[in-house]
Parts: sequence; C-alpha cells; structure tokens
Amino acid sequence: MISSENHIITSQIKDNTGVDVNLCYQCGKCTAGCVLADDMDYPSSYIMRLLQTNEEGNYLKVLSSNAIWLCVNCENCIGRCPKEVDIPVVMDYLRAESVKRKLVSSKAKPVISFYKSFLGIIKSTGRLNEVFMTISYKMRTFRLWQDVKLVPSMLLKGKLKFWPESIKRRSDISAIFRKTNSK
Amino acid sequence: MKLGFYPGCSLKGTSREYNESVKALAAALDIELKDIEDWNCCGATAAHSMNKELSLALPARVLALAEKQGFEEIVVPCASCYNRLSVAQYELSEDEDLRHKIIDSIGISFAGNVNILNVVQFIDKYVKDMIPAKVNHPFNYDVACYYGCLLVRPHKILKFDRVEDPTSMDELMKLIGANPIDWAYKTECCGAGLSVSRTDLVAKLSGNIVKDAADRGAKAIIVACPMCHSNLDMRRPQIDQYLNENITVPVIYITQAIGLAIGLKPEALGLQRHFVKVTTL
Amino acid sequence: MSRIGVFICHCGENISATVDCERVAKEAGQLEGVEFATDYKYMCSDPGQSLIKTAIKEHQLDGVIVGSCSPRMHEATFRRACSEAGLNPYMCEIANLREHCSWVHEKSEATTLKAIEIVTGLVEKVKRNKPLNTIKVPVTKKALVIGGGIAGIQASLDIANCGQKVILIEKGPSIGGHMSQLSETFPTLDCSQCILTPRMVEVAQHPNITLYTYAELEKLEGFVGNFKATIRLKAKSVDYSKCTSCGLCTTKCPNKKIPSEFNEGLGMRTSIYVPFPQAVPNKPVIDKEHCLYYQKGKCKICSKFCPTGAIEYDKPDEFITEEIGAVVVTTGFNVLHTDFFPEYGYGKYKDVITGLQFERLASASGPTLGEIRRPSDGQIPKKIVFIACCGSRDPAKGIPYCSKICCMYTAKHAMLYQHKVHDGQSTIFYMDIRAGGKNYEEFVRRAIEEDGVNYVRGRVARVYEKNGKLIVKGVDTLLGAEPVEIEADMVVLATAGVANEGAEDLAQKMHISYDPYHFFAEAHPKLKPVETNTAGIFLAGACQAPKDIPETVAAASGAAVKVVSLLSQDNLVREPIVAVVNRCAPPMFSTCVGCFMCETICPYHAIEREEIKDRRTGKVIKTIAKINPGLCQGCGTCVSFCRSKSIDLQGFSNEEMFAEVTALLNR
Repeated sequence: MISSENHIITSQIKDNTGVDVNLCYQCGKCTAGCVLADDMDYPSSYIMRLLQTNEEGNYLKVLSSNAIWLCVNCENCIGRCPKEVDIPVVMDYLRAESVKRKLVSSKAKPVISFYKSFLGIIKSTGRLNEVFMTISYKMRTFRLWQDVKLVPSMLLKGKLKFWPESIKRRSDISAIFRKTNSK
Repeated sequence: MKLGFYPGCSLKGTSREYNESVKALAAALDIELKDIEDWNCCGATAAHSMNKELSLALPARVLALAEKQGFEEIVVPCASCYNRLSVAQYELSEDEDLRHKIIDSIGISFAGNVNILNVVQFIDKYVKDMIPAKVNHPFNYDVACYYGCLLVRPHKILKFDRVEDPTSMDELMKLIGANPIDWAYKTECCGAGLSVSRTDLVAKLSGNIVKDAADRGAKAIIVACPMCHSNLDMRRPQIDQYLNENITVPVIYITQAIGLAIGLKPEALGLQRHFVKVTTL
Repeated sequence: MSRIGVFICHCGENISATVDCERVAKEAGQLEGVEFATDYKYMCSDPGQSLIKTAIKEHQLDGVIVGSCSPRMHEATFRRACSEAGLNPYMCEIANLREHCSWVHEKSEATTLKAIEIVTGLVEKVKRNKPLNTIKVPVTKKALVIGGGIAGIQASLDIANCGQKVILIEKGPSIGGHMSQLSETFPTLDCSQCILTPRMVEVAQHPNITLYTYAELEKLEGFVGNFKATIRLKAKSVDYSKCTSCGLCTTKCPNKKIPSEFNEGLGMRTSIYVPFPQAVPNKPVIDKEHCLYYQKGKCKICSKFCPTGAIEYDKPDEFITEEIGAVVVTTGFNVLHTDFFPEYGYGKYKDVITGLQFERLASASGPTLGEIRRPSDGQIPKKIVFIACCGSRDPAKGIPYCSKICCMYTAKHAMLYQHKVHDGQSTIFYMDIRAGGKNYEEFVRRAIEEDGVNYVRGRVARVYEKNGKLIVKGVDTLLGAEPVEIEADMVVLATAGVANEGAEDLAQKMHISYDPYHFFAEAHPKLKPVETNTAGIFLAGACQAPKDIPETVAAASGAAVKVVSLLSQDNLVREPIVAVVNRCAPPMFSTCVGCFMCETICPYHAIEREEIKDRRTGKVIKTIAKINPGLCQGCGTCVSFCRSKSIDLQGFSNEEMFAEVTALLNR
C-alpha cells in the first residue's frame, strides 16, 4: 500500500488519470522516440522523474514548462513504453492543471491561444470555421501578418469559407460547455 | 447498409478536396455515404489539451446522433476525428460513472455500439474488392505511404494495423499498381496541431518526413489525414526554407490516388486545390 | 485407553508472547486420554527432545502431540525423537501453535483459548492414529539426462564418475549446446570451445555414459526410481557404425545454401552436414527437410561418394525404451530473434543482429573466421551500437524478467570488437549494469576504462536504415534525457533469453511444472533450486531460468548429487501418507465398484487397476482401483472424489479427521 501522505502528487495523478507514474523506470525510450524532444525544456522521461519525486517544487517546474504545451499527443511514447505508462493522458492532465493553477509558460502562449480560439468558435457555432478562428487567434497573439501570404492562393483554391457554418441545435453545444465546466 | 459519414470541420474547410475525393470515389462505386445530421466538431487536439470531459462529450454527441439516426457504421476520413471518436467510445465503455456524466452533458442517450471506420478501413471493407476490375490508369509510381500518428495509435484502443511499419495503405496502393517504398518516417508525427502556433516546429518535423520520402525516390506521398496533408503540402514553403532545398514531391490523399487509378478526373478529386503541384505525376 | 503426551513449546518468545503456554499444557493435561502434559522453552533443542523421550518411556505414552511451530519445520525432528524412544513416529502429531495461532493474533484470552482448541482437536485425532511404516520402493540404477549442453554434459560426467550409469540424449546432431557457439566467455575471455570440447569428448568416451544424439524423449512413464523412458532415435540416414568421419559427403553435397543453425543463419551448410568441426559425434546427419533426395527424389550424390557405404536412406525413426531411476532435465534456452522487434525493423535489416549472431562473427570458426563483418556487404563496421535489454524487462512485450547474462556478454562483445577493430567505436545503450558475479564488476569496468567502450544510459526508441547506415535514435538520461542519434554500421541487440521451443510439450510429457514463460519450475526457489515438484526429476541450467556458465555448471553438479543420492540407495523410503483403497473379505473384496473416477482426477497418475481373480479358475471377478504408493503424494483428492467412500488416506483417515473436527465444534 503506497501511503498517499508521502506521495501526494503521484496519488493525485493516479486518481485523476488512472496512470501510476511510479511504474516508469526511467529508461528514456519515450524521449528517444519523441519527435519534439530536442525542443522541449523537460523531455517526457525527465518529466516522469520530476513527478516521481513528489516534490512541489519539481511539480511546479513541470506545470510551468513549455514541454507540456509542445507535446501534441502523437502517442509515439506510449507506443514504445515497456511499462505502458500512458504519458499522453498524463500530459492532458498536466495541461489542465497548468491552466487551472495559472502556471502556463509564457513561451506556450501561442499554443494555448490557438486552443482557446478553436474552442471559442466551437462553443458558439458547434463547428469550426477556420477563418474566424484565425482572426480570433491573431487578436489574442497579435500575430497579425502570420500566414497572410497564403490568403490569395487559398482563395483561388476555394479553401476559405467566410460564412460561419453552424449546427442547428447550438444550445446542445453551449450546454456541453457549461456542464463540463469549460470556459 | 446505411453508411454514416462524419466529415469533420477540416473537410468542410481547408481540406475540402479530401471530402470531394471521398465522395467522388464512393459515387463512382455506388456506395452511399450519408452525412450525420447536425454533427458537431469533435474537439480535436484543443479539447483534450484543455478539458478532458469536454473532449469526451463533443465526440460522444456525434456518436449518439449517429446511433439515433440508425447508422451501424460511420466513415470518418479525418484521422484526428477518427481517433477522438474511437477514444471517446472506448473511455465511456470502460468507465460507467464517466459515461453517465457525459450522457448527462450531451442530453442524448448513448450506447456506444457504432462501428467507427477510418478511410483506410472503409476502402478495405467496401472498395478494395472492386478495385482490380476498375483500374484503367495504373498508378505506376514509387510512393511513400504516410500514416501519421492518429490512425495507428494508441493501438490498445484503435486496434488498427500495426504501430511500427504499418502496411494497410501500402497493400491498397499495390492493388492500384503503385510500388510502396520502405521508408523511415511512416508514423512519425508531422507536427499536427502546432501548424498555426508553432509553424517553425512543423517545418522541421514535416521537413524530415518529406526529405526522407524524396531521398528514397518517392514520386508521391500518400496520406489519409487532412492535418498531415496540410502540414506536408500547404507548409511546403516553410519546409523548403528549413531544408534549404526545393522539394516538389506532391502529397495526395489515398482516395485521390485510387480515384485517379479508376479513371476519375483530377478536378473531380480536387487535385487542383493542392499547394504542391500534382502535375509532376 | 489412550495414553497421550502433550508437549507445548514456548518457541523462545514466538509462541509464549501471545499464548499462555503453561495454561495450554495444564488444560491439555485434563483432557480425557492425555496421560502427561508439560511446557518447555525450546522443544526442538536437545534437552527438549530428551524431555519427550523420557516422558514416552516413563509414562508408556502411545501418542505424542507437540504444540510448536509449523510441522514443515520440525515434524521430522520430533518424529525421529519418538522413534528413538520406541514409539511409532506416525503416532506423533504437531499442533501448529505458531503460524496458525501466536503469530497471527494479538496477546489475549481468545488467543490462548484458540491454542487450547487446536490441541484438543488434535488429541482426538491422535487417539485414532494408527502406527504406519514407511514405504520402500526399489530403485533402477540408471539416470537419464535430457539435453547435451554444458549442463547436461556436466551432470552426466558427475553422475558417471560416481559409478552410476547415465543415458544422455540430445535432440541436435551434436552435443555442446549454445556454449559451443560462443567465441570467448566472460569474465576470463577464455575460448569457449577450448574448455568445452574436452568435456564433450570425455562424455563420448566415458564407459558409464551412453550418448544418443539426434534423439528426443517420446514418452516418460512410471515414478521415482522406476521410470520407463521411450526415446525416439531420429533417422540420421547415416550408419554410424560404418561412417569414418572422412567428411567427403559434406564436400560433395550440391545443396549448399541452407542457413546454418549453428551459425545462427549467418552462414550456410549442406543437406548432409556436421554442425561444426568439433562436433561430438563427428559424423553427419541428413536434414530431410532440405535434402534433394527426400524432397524431390533426386541426387543421392553422398551415397555415391561415401567410401564405406554408410549412407542409408529411408530408414524410419527408431524407438527404444529404457528403465530409468532418475531424470535430469538440461534442455537449455534460446534467445529472441530480431524479427520480434517492430521498432528495430521486424528483422528486415541485415546488419541488425542478435548477441548470439555476434558470437558467431567473433568466433574463429564462424562464417567470417573471427572477423567482425557486416552481414549485408562484408565490410568491417567502424561504428557499432549495442542495445541492451531488448525484450527483457519489458512487460509491454510480455517479458517482465531480466535475462541476467546480457549486461555481461554485451560488455564482452564490445571488448572483443575493440580488440579486433582498433579504430572502431562501440556504444552500448543500457538501463542498468547487472554484474554481480565474481570478477564481473571488474570485467565491465575494464570495458569502459581500458577498451574505451562508450556506455550511454538510456534506451533506443527505434533503428532504421538510410543509405546503407543504421540510424539509431536513443537518449542519454544521465544528461537530462538528451536525445542521442548515432549513424551506425551495425547494431547488436541483446535479445531476451526465452524458453526453448517445445519446452511446454516436454514439461507436459514429464508432468513437471513450468511458469508462464515456459521455464521449468523448481520445487523451492531458494532451498530446492535443482529439484522439481515431481519426485525423481531434477533440473539444471538455463531451462529453469537464464543463467551464466558458472551457475549452470554448479546447478548441474548439484542435480547430479541429488541423482546419485537417489540411485545409491537400494530402496527409496517414502512417507506412508498415501491413499489406500480398502479391501475386505470375499465376496465383496472391496467396496470399490471400479468406476475409476479417481483415475481421472488424480493429478499424479497414481491410480492403477487391479484385477481380483478367482484363485482357482483365474477368472476376473472384478477390477478395482489400486493406488501406487510410489507415486501417490497424499493429496486426498481421490478420497473426497470416491463415490463409495472406498479410499482412505493413511495418517489423515476419515475417522481421524472427523474426530478432530467434531472435537473443535464441540468446544
């Protein structure tokens, strides 16, 4: 029986995600196969170790890292992990915690702005309109000129839709957002 | 047999040629694909990165609607949607408390018995047998089949093909006369949802993929995911800049490849909408 | 009227800490049938045993109960003491007051009462105990050793040198096993074949050893001391009594492209072949699956050239039966092949090889005559990557255990490579270094400090081929999980040690237990590492678990001693705790009706059929069940299964057990 007083962080992760990070024996295969490991401040196996120490200081390092926002859940890590530790599920949890505790790394601002814009559009119409999402994203990040060069060719190829497509029962969607406590 | 169709947001937007090619292929083979009425966005990466329950509720609504509309099977061409729908169905079947909670959020009953097919499974099941008879323009090229991440992982849930060195698309391409090459980036991530927020990283990841395929002599990269297509095709200028090269290998959807092989017109398959010209084929 | 003695042990403080031993003895002394009761601090000690013996004589006791630790500890001790005092040892029973009472409860009134109850129940049982005598079983003085690797060779020699006869069977054409495939062995780096072949020759020439190669166990019947083994001698297509080992046939055989098993697929052999030059016996066999004559009816060139006419086609497999007293299983292990690994290419890349294949490259008698060369183009690799823990310690791949020998042989391989290719660069990706044996740690340090092997702590995610090089994507966890990419010329996988193919079938043929990985099960992991749970069958070597040569040889010698101790007795003495089918006067003869349900349920195949015949006419009156006291393990399953209640268990009879239970219920 692992006492939760001495293992607060790992117990919390286990309760919320079902994943026991203590299974990880630090082999590093996940990091070795992670396509973005070179760009992460804390690669995945390192994050597992930081969590295993159950130290608040290390936990804060993880929650305020850029790594958790670079991870795209490509699932290469769990595909190869010999102990079948579900790292992507833990990453999802760490991201949610990071937002909840307002510890999101400043380097991750563009990434999280993208997600917020995406979900914002879905909340109102139920379907994603890429044009509106991009506008929302640019307003959050001030990256006003990003991808502007693409616009003419995309117009020509008929890939830009300016009318927001909406589902009929939009109240269903707003109910979902409300009931799952999503802002 | 009624086949449901879930296009997802990208097929209605920037990846409309994928939608066109799937529909054209189905029409040419007399297969009826009926849109799920009032479908909503599955939430994709944004939802599961921010809120777990939201990321399960959005796809659950889609599946519940499909059940209600009497579909036993649905075809989901977008690999990300396919992945999210499958994960939602799996998670809700494993955790009863969670299932009740999500059913409460979506307000529709949900049994979790719809069979979710990705585009490769759809072709395998409904199209493959008709192909040999219908091929009149054999696709005689060396091709690199790119599976990406979300079609084959996590294997425990999707149970589709194999995680390392998958072969399902390769086998289909052989049927239309292509020669699928053995290459090293079949399942390495293209950068996915970082396309907008971190285009620099996508340039690197997708660049490695395109370079390996080109180095090994591929004349086309075959994909089954609109995100992958976008990163390998639309982001080609950034890739070229990162690699300091000019790679002209086109990226085409498997439905477009098969469509071409059975004699459908390139315009019907939306090939003119690609950024990297497909005329090199 | 019973005269039982009750002796309650304090077991130091183990029992007396929670149980009031004095009181238990006092209460026991007041039970009907108990003549004498006392308590003592250490009953198993000499004075304690003397106490029992004296009491037996002074009080003419006809039954003894010792309230002490588990009978598994000292039942034999106390029974021997009783026996020395003239009391039948099976009139002595142990009340387990320690594991069943004092150790599992707190100190309280209830605990002491429980101890009293246990003793009371047992008193009622012992009142019904009958004196029993040990069973004598004759022993055939011959051993069978299955598997001719180093373990089998060592065991055979040890048994034979004690003057006992041995039959050694080996399923391949030659003995030697994996050790004959190795180049040099750790930690001494001495030549494997040089130390092995003298022993192989000794086996072949030993007067007490009969060697059958190309032979397998077909069936094993019987029980300890009295086995009957049926051995299949596979048809070699060569008459060994005529063959002179000239080797002409192997040079003339036209079929030269069969991957050699001895060279792990890296070299070729012919259809008629001797697996390696130092093979014992050094005579060829014909591989029927590839021979042109057997497959297509053509060729027969070998018989045309053979100077002594030793080739004999179309001979069937021969079967021989041997009476055996004991069996030693030394069938060894195998290693996983590269096609098991999806992330390392599913076996596609020629230059990704296993450790055993590397041994063949490094071996002077190997396909490259000892030069390390790439299987793909024969070039000498300048950069080699060794990957440890391939498959081992990997629950996702179904192999959670450690294969024990890989850390050492990987260090050895890297060292051999550095010795042969001075400007070569070797990198080992490891998780931990397991080097616990004598001189093992120093050996690994030598690799790092003297031979310049580069150790990187981390695992490799994948290996793929590009432009003739193998790209290895690993990580260095000691540098904060920094990705490491190496363009290697060759990759050597230290693949997991696994049970041999056919291990499960063999275990089932011999009725021995095996674990989920098909390694054979030892009787006790610490105290009985070379015995199985099946009496008379012993284990040695890697068939039980992956192990290195020193341990294998030690285990083989250990198993040999167990065999010799068995065979050196004229009779085996077995505990009489066996089931017995009742017999009574004619015309009934027995309440057994001959339904033989017991035969279907007995896990030890101990039920036989006995025909009751009319003594004058010889006609069979009825066939009833008979329990073989040599095989019966006293489990009691047949007793509970028998519909007519015709079977009873000696030492734990229905009457005795009923009395004990009733006594407990009536308190």
